[in-house]
Amino acid sequence: MRIGLDIGSTTIKCVVLDDGNKIIYSSYERHYSQITQKIGEILSKVRLNVKGADKACVALSGSAGMGVAESCDLDFVQEVYATRVAVNTFIPGTDVVIELGGEDAKILFLSGGMEVRMNGTCAGGTGAFIDQMATLLGVDIEEFNALAQQYEKTYTIASRCGVFAKTDIQPLLNQGARKSDIAESIFAAVVNQTVSGLAQGREIEGSVVYLGGPLTFMAELRRQFDKVLGTKGTCPENSLYFVAMGAALCADNTIDFTGVINKVTKYTGSGNFAFNQPLFKDKKEYNDFVSRHSRANIKGKDISGYKGKAFIGIDAGSTTVKGVVISENKELLFSKYLSNSGNPVPIIKSFLEEVYKKCPKIDIAGSAVTGYGEEIVKNAFCIDYGIVETVAHFTAAKDFMPDVEFIIDIGGQDIKCFKIHNGAIDNIFLNEACSSGCGSFLQTFANALGYSIEDFANKGLFAKHPVDLGSRCTVFMNSSVKQAQKDGATIEDISAGLSLSVVKNALYKVIRTSSPDQLGRRIVVQGGTFLNNAVLRAFEMEMGTDVVRPVISGLMGAYGAALYAMSRGSDKKSSILDLKALSDFKHEIKVANCGMCQNNCRLTINTFADGRRFIAGNRCERPITKKAPATDKNIYEYKLQLLRGYMPKEGERGRLGLPMGLNMYEMLPFWYTLFTHLGFEVVTSGISDKKVYAKGNKTIPSDTICFPAKLVHGHVQKLIDAGIETIFYPCMSYNFDEGISENHYNCPVVAYYPEVIGANMSSVQKITLIKDYVGIHRRKDFPKKFTEILRKYFPDITSREVKQASDAAYKEYEAHLERIRKKGAEIIAKAEEEGCPIFVLSGRPYHVDPEINHGIDRMITGFGVAVVSEDSISSHVEKFPTTVLNQWTYHARLYAAARYIADKKNMNLVQLVSFGCGVDAITTDEVRDILEREGKIYTQIKIDEITNLGAVKIRIRSLLAALGE
Amino acid sequence: MAKLQYDKNGRLLFTKEMKDEYTILLPMMAPIHFHILQNVFTHYGYKTVLLDTKGPEIAQVGLKYVHNDTCYPALLVIGQLIQALQSGKYDTNKVALMITQSGGGCRASNYIHLLRKALVKAGFERVPVISLNLSGLESNPGFSLTIPMIRRLLAGLVYGDELMLLRNQIQPYELALGETQRLVEKWISTLSDQFASGKGFTAGEIDKNMNEIAQSFSEIKIKRIPKVKVGIVGEIYVKYAALGNNDLEAFLAHQGCEVNLPGIIGFMLFKVDNRIEDIKLYGGSSIKYNIATMLFNYITKLEASLIKAVAAHGFQAPSSYAHTKSLVDGVIGFGSKMGEGWLLTAEMLELTEAGYGNIVCTQPFGCLPNHINGKGMIRRIKAVDSRANIVAIDYDPGAPRVNQENRIKLMLAVARENLENDIKTGGESKTA
Repeated sequence: MRIGLDIGSTTIKCVVLDDGNKIIYSSYERHYSQITQKIGEILSKVRLNVKGADKACVALSGSAGMGVAESCDLDFVQEVYATRVAVNTFIPGTDVVIELGGEDAKILFLSGGMEVRMNGTCAGGTGAFIDQMATLLGVDIEEFNALAQQYEKTYTIASRCGVFAKTDIQPLLNQGARKSDIAESIFAAVVNQTVSGLAQGREIEGSVVYLGGPLTFMAELRRQFDKVLGTKGTCPENSLYFVAMGAALCADNTIDFTGVINKVTKYTGSGNFAFNQPLFKDKKEYNDFVSRHSRANIKGKDISGYKGKAFIGIDAGSTTVKGVVISENKELLFSKYLSNSGNPVPIIKSFLEEVYKKCPKIDIAGSAVTGYGEEIVKNAFCIDYGIVETVAHFTAAKDFMPDVEFIIDIGGQDIKCFKIHNGAIDNIFLNEACSSGCGSFLQTFANALGYSIEDFANKGLFAKHPVDLGSRCTVFMNSSVKQAQKDGATIEDISAGLSLSVVKNALYKVIRTSSPDQLGRRIVVQGGTFLNNAVLRAFEMEMGTDVVRPVISGLMGAYGAALYAMSRGSDKKSSILDLKALSDFKHEIKVANCGMCQNNCRLTINTFADGRRFIAGNRCERPITKKAPATDKNIYEYKLQLLRGYMPKEGERGRLGLPMGLNMYEMLPFWYTLFTHLGFEVVTSGISDKKVYAKGNKTIPSDTICFPAKLVHGHVQKLIDAGIETIFYPCMSYNFDEGISENHYNCPVVAYYPEVIGANMSSVQKITLIKDYVGIHRRKDFPKKFTEILRKYFPDITSREVKQASDAAYKEYEAHLERIRKKGAEIIAKAEEEGCPIFVLSGRPYHVDPEINHGIDRMITGFGVAVVSEDSISSHVEKFPTTVLNQWTYHARLYAAARYIADKKNMNLVQLVSFGCGVDAITTDEVRDILEREGKIYTQIKIDEITNLGAVKIRIRSLLAALGE
Repeated sequence: MAKLQYDKNGRLLFTKEMKDEYTILLPMMAPIHFHILQNVFTHYGYKTVLLDTKGPEIAQVGLKYVHNDTCYPALLVIGQLIQALQSGKYDTNKVALMITQSGGGCRASNYIHLLRKALVKAGFERVPVISLNLSGLESNPGFSLTIPMIRRLLAGLVYGDELMLLRNQIQPYELALGETQRLVEKWISTLSDQFASGKGFTAGEIDKNMNEIAQSFSEIKIKRIPKVKVGIVGEIYVKYAALGNNDLEAFLAHQGCEVNLPGIIGFMLFKVDNRIEDIKLYGGSSIKYNIATMLFNYITKLEASLIKAVAAHGFQAPSSYAHTKSLVDGVIGFGSKMGEGWLLTAEMLELTEAGYGNIVCTQPFGCLPNHINGKGMIRRIKAVDSRANIVAIDYDPGAPRVNQENRIKLMLAVARENLENDIKTGGESKTA
């Protein structure tokens, strides 16, 4: 008899096998992170229920079992290995196993060269991720699966991690997308993530087996895998228990049952974890703290019977909806704080009905809405003003502290901070997708451990040794918590530690400050998360200063909106729907594809009772105005036009393909001209669209590399699919020396990505991929060296031909850059003439790819702002000293562009940063320094596969609001 | 007291007076090598302290003063230096820092600049930083890297490589626990004494020392039992520094493995060879070509001396740089030179060939060159040599050790199975 235990991230599975390998006992339980106690219980139960169990061999497996096994002297079997042993025993002939667990995703290739793959440290798309998404939709897993059955459409959702996906899903919900479509889209995202992240170029074929909780419980998820893999996989009986079965099969040591049960039950860990100071020394310190903060209050007044003008403010946030009604004297008449389970419209409707019910004669003189749901709420209820969150929060904070210097708002899903300089919003920090650790994280964690958020947070107040969990992303944090528990940290220590890490995350990841003095001493904190005293205290401790937290901390956005409405005058009547209109209120949602350009945005069309329509999901105004976006003030559009102009010309040497990825966006004029001159018909893979990425994503070996690099795989595949037999994609350590930097490298990814293509795409084996190392920076040597390379593939090419072709190529490249510079100057002149602001949307040449920039350029021009690029102005600047080593050609342009606009009043810089770009960890700080030295606002936008622009819009609107003030 | 002097771009210089008055703090990387190298500086009249601090606080200090998305080695090196300055152990008016600057298209060339930014943030802008590099970047009146000094540093590296290699081959099998480590420490001290008094770096002395070292290790009593043989490759800092890789060598030893870390001399040859390859690929001056070739030949001789000495005493010698390089011909181009470049790919092939095909490929999270040369080449390496059993592990301040060790254990489970099969089929000689 053999016993196997699989201790996963959320559950413990136990299996007892008899000598014929038949399961005679099994159990499946959640452990709520009380791992050791639970093991003790389970072993006791087994002993009670299975005769002779105490003479059985025992082994442990599972991601959370390693530490316990070690300290209790039990055998440990790595879980993927265990799965393999079990599958080979119970389902011989299996080719591929796909197993999803709580936090892990695995693919095992069993036949034809055994290989096992596990997700890296930065990969979502697992059970915990699906749980999180179900919570977001307010359903349980079963309902979630049922929802997906009824889907009509799928949206693109990033599934790298929960935080990313939320950024995609929340706006969809707020725009009224159907939950069933979202559930289906989430499954699709999980499958894509698993297949692209783990298969890494290897085909998944033959007999496929699905294992693990999510695939066992969710038939729709299995269907999705079947669809993508083009196969019919099976989910065997006992699919939850394969790891435990494998562990049992590997078990060959008996244990002292009683001894082990005693040991695991008493196991408390080493007590050896890093910890911080307690939040409060004693009860008195806590009481002083509470009474100090209770002073930041506003006056209230009963709404029933109120006569006079009133103002309504609504904050339709990501996870909660807040509404307030205030009097002319800023007294709080009524407020509501409700959780948002997806669609804010019915919640606002009932809020307004309640207001009218409590005070039927209320005279509403103004109303304003802010937050993620701003647009739909404004349209649905005819609210007077829609304002960006930052402005709402600033307006509210000023009311509590007129000379406030710094405001930080930590909400459910976002962190918003801004500095106030000369009475205007100066510097805005929003959390980037991978750096959050906000309120909803605390909430999820509390629930996972079986507590309400309030109880959980309060537990931390008097913790003796708050765990030091660092300031990384939530996925990492989960495992750190487990580690700490293993090392003996109590729930109290963990609660306090999590509060501290939320604060550290905000300070060091989002704001990136090193000392409070940089932020100023006059600080207002707000947002629902600061209602939590542990977080508030942690913040004061970390900052070393007392701060103001208004009692209505969670309502500040709504309060600010109401104050804003009041500031716009009280002598008119609000257009907000009255009680009668509310009773007739109807809201219908339809989904459609725009189809007016190649982006083919998925639109959600909301129709209201009186026939008013509101369209969401669009990247530009085209589906509304029916007009193509203007290009006269958008250099990104112009650069795309230029690149599209390089059309194939028939040539006697046949077709040669250029993949439009990474630096090809800059080098196309050069290589196109050179090869056209040599008599090739030069075919490009075209500007990216949705389908391109999917063509190649299965062959990406590194899931944390930047998205622009990932796209290259698709472009190469597209050329191959089009029947191209020769692809030219050279390695280039060096770029052109533009005289504004110390050296002129490409970044390692741009320089050597052709090597990755060559080594990981099996389809290139069938064609000729020319990926030799070329040195365009040495113009004199280039023709000779390049002839040598070309003659390896085309022996008839002469050096004379290459010399002439390269002369033409250098000339065309220069001419291309000159066109961009000239256009830049034109746009700037035109904008100055018309008095409209100019943004330098700066990044890399490949950021003009609409799949990479997600149409941010057009969004900005939609606000009436002219857009130029860094390369259109960088040549105006002489080389100047920087505090970092200025050694990459493309990045030198960023510094030069920042320097150029430093004294231009109507110009501002917005930097696009691709997620995972290591080089930008250096450039962003330097660009910020250059701008801030001259009193300019620095704005950074991180982009990835994400397709939704909600957060970006906040940034741009806040920047415009700050500039306007 | 030494006056503070700045160059025309405002960089604080390390002056001649400082050389007399100041203590130079050195961050740790490979302990054996660095302990020996430190004495080269002592011989030339510099007062140095090699930091042997450990613990999670170092990363926290780094996170506080360096952009959090910067590579992990930068966080740790800068964290370690600033923590030392804040510790109160050193008079911060009389202390300087030294850091290597590799040059090249990787982010690592920027560490020194990030360090200076961090020093300003932490309030230590009066502490000078010395760049240690072979590219002629950043000169200082009080510090110069002379040719005799370079010869001594290279000799130190090759001794370090030999001691590391012998320790790794003997320690897992030693009968008297701790004997190997004591011998390593004895040699570090012997070599340090030689270096401090200006000896131990000529060709004759090197040959003699190398042989004596190998001889002394061959005298340790061992018992050969089949063990899983694991190679460690990766970004240079996380590959060698226990602080960077969560004490990977100790973990593997605890798992009953024999470890093989390719030496630093190979990396030095690679860096010099890059200059030669650059000229071959793109053209360039023949003078530079000849200088680089001279240096290359000099280091190759040191490598040859090491190979000869260890092979003569029955140890498994590392393959020559030339052979390692030949393994990637047709796999990845010699122009891939940023970071560890093609050498990383080559080392994995070399280890597999030498029976260390179970490989941990270490890299800082988001390491750009390793996207190409590490993770990007694993598939190709397996196609070339199916014995390769590689796991790529990311290191950063947030990556939990549990997850890293779990993935390594998966690699080890497969390795153990292969080892058992080998023993059963009598193929023991190849992997055990």
